[in-house]
Amino acid sequence: MAISGNDGGRSLLPGAAAVVLVTVFLIILLRVENQKAIIALLALGIGAVIAANRLGLLKPVAHSFSEREDALGLLAIVATFAVGAVFHEDHFVLLLVCTVVLYTVATLGLSIQFGYAGVLNFAGASFFGIGAYTAAVLSQHTAVPHLLVLLIGGLMAALIGSLLLLPVLRTRGHYAAVVTIAFALLFKTFLEVNDVLGGPQGLQVRGMTILGWSFNDNIEIGGVELSFYLNYFVMSMMIVVLAFVVVRRLERSWIGLNLDALRLDETAAGCFGLNIVRWKITAFLLGNSLIGVAGTLHGMVVGFVQPNNYTFADSLVLVSILLLGGIGNPWGVAVATVIVVIVPEKLQVIQEYRFFLYAALVMMVLLFRPEGLLPRPVRRYFPGWRP
Amino acid sequence: MTQNPAPREEMPLVLEARGLTRRFGGVLALDHLDFDVARGEIVGLIGPNGSGKTTFFNVITGIYWADAGHVSLDGAEITRATPQAIYHAGVSRTFQRSRLSLPLSIFDNIMIGNHKRLNQGLWFNLVRRQAFKAEFEESFANAQALVEVFDPPLARRMLEPVAGLPMIDRRRIEICRALISRPQLLLMDEPSAGMTHEETSQLMDDILEVRKRLDGLSIVIVEHEMGVIERITNRCVVLNFGRKIAAGTFAEIAADRMVQEAYLGLQ
Repeated sequence: MAISGNDGGRSLLPGAAAVVLVTVFLIILLRVENQKAIIALLALGIGAVIAANRLGLLKPVAHSFSEREDALGLLAIVATFAVGAVFHEDHFVLLLVCTVVLYTVATLGLSIQFGYAGVLNFAGASFFGIGAYTAAVLSQHTAVPHLLVLLIGGLMAALIGSLLLLPVLRTRGHYAAVVTIAFALLFKTFLEVNDVLGGPQGLQVRGMTILGWSFNDNIEIGGVELSFYLNYFVMSMMIVVLAFVVVRRLERSWIGLNLDALRLDETAAGCFGLNIVRWKITAFLLGNSLIGVAGTLHGMVVGFVQPNNYTFADSLVLVSILLLGGIGNPWGVAVATVIVVIVPEKLQVIQEYRFFLYAALVMMVLLFRPEGLLPRPVRRYFPGWRP
Repeated sequence: MTQNPAPREEMPLVLEARGLTRRFGGVLALDHLDFDVARGEIVGLIGPNGSGKTTFFNVITGIYWADAGHVSLDGAEITRATPQAIYHAGVSRTFQRSRLSLPLSIFDNIMIGNHKRLNQGLWFNLVRRQAFKAEFEESFANAQALVEVFDPPLARRMLEPVAGLPMIDRRRIEICRALISRPQLLLMDEPSAGMTHEETSQLMDDILEVRKRLDGLSIVIVEHEMGVIERITNRCVVLNFGRKIAAGTFAEIAADRMVQEAYLGLQ
């Protein structure tokens, strides 16, 4: 359609400004070490968002995201790469950024399951772990190319997840959630007693190598030494972009509509020909494979896997990201992952009270903003399209 | 108003139910019910609360299975078919308690009813976006044209959520959702519920208007408002305790003594 350059620029500007401001804020937050300065920064950030909301500055931002999503998506990718470039020698920060990016992929998977199909999965971390353990076993014992390992990790998560299909399809709502909780608890116990998989100590994971390019070696370009985590950062970014596109297209298609219809009213959806079993299975498997792929790469990034990394509590963190961000809104998921992963990592005072704070956060969200920080807007099949 | 004496003897039957029985525990919700609908006919289904009208709809659409008896649509047996199969065979319905998906847009709600005419393939939906866009634009135009028959201003708000709309608009959208797939048989469960007298009358005008354009559509309507039944039906069936106690034109059943006792409350 013919959006004049002028009008297009106007609707792009608020979104672009928001992306740039958030990026600058993040870079400063990641750079600062002094705890008091971090607390001051966080307070400033929260205050700025509340003030912007009061002044009505967030509406144009939301508008520009709904009209010009493709352009702003590109800008967000550039901004994330800018963060990577600023911290090109900083192992710790790059590892943190990789974790944020891969957690985003995992919660995008959860949001297909819960946000669209309404299947609440409390075993997200288990499927993440299945991917990581797949990486450990395959990289130690086989010569399977590592890109293929990523795919196999996703497939394994989907395959083992299909054990849950029957109980999940037979039960509804909370009962299906209880089934996934049981799975999460069993999974961790299974890993702990299983010596082949390293028991409680876990396993080493070899670093990624693609066509002879070893991801675990630092990079040297023209005398500048770059952290090896930059390799993983680029790889994670490719995966998150792909996952984002898949989730977006899924939502903006008849399949997304099917999933919404069966979540909101299964009986009515059935009366209009919807095959409920088929679409619940599709959503569950697709979500789990995204979580699995993210877990596989994360296993390679951190270099070891152990049962304690994939507990029920970690699954709850994933679910709390979803609730905080806005159920079914991928942008909300990305923002919430940044908050939930980075804040406790930077603010060491709250490290120990992490789970307590997550719980408090979830309760506050449910009480005061049940649709999350960025509520999901009404579906637009093609942004900017008008009849 | 005008009673259209139905040309039902010549027209083929769309729906044919024989000896339909459904029990809930000790209660006989449907008791050996015979029920026919001819092509192009509007049949009123009336009876006191709990007489089995909604159960009849639920059995026809496959939500409940019949304990005994047969249903066929266009001569094909659908007695034990799933709701999905019955929809694909050409039966659509509206619900007594409006069952729209409130957070979704008007367009989305109507498209839920269009399921069988939309390409549901993963590859088509995720990868072939140009082809998807063509199907989307065509569906949008169709849905908008259908809503336009009911209410032109509403047709300009297709991308707004249903949640903010008044009851009459919700009913209109529910009927559009049922009609978009061009069914042979439309089952309407108390379309006047929750609406004023004027709104109901307006909605009935719309339904008659739409029916003119959908050739051969048959309708079964459950309704408590006798004005509606008198005005739009060709024929009525009266239920009480799951049994058919009378059938005929509205004038005939209104004069029937048993009907007056059971339903109109006369001594």
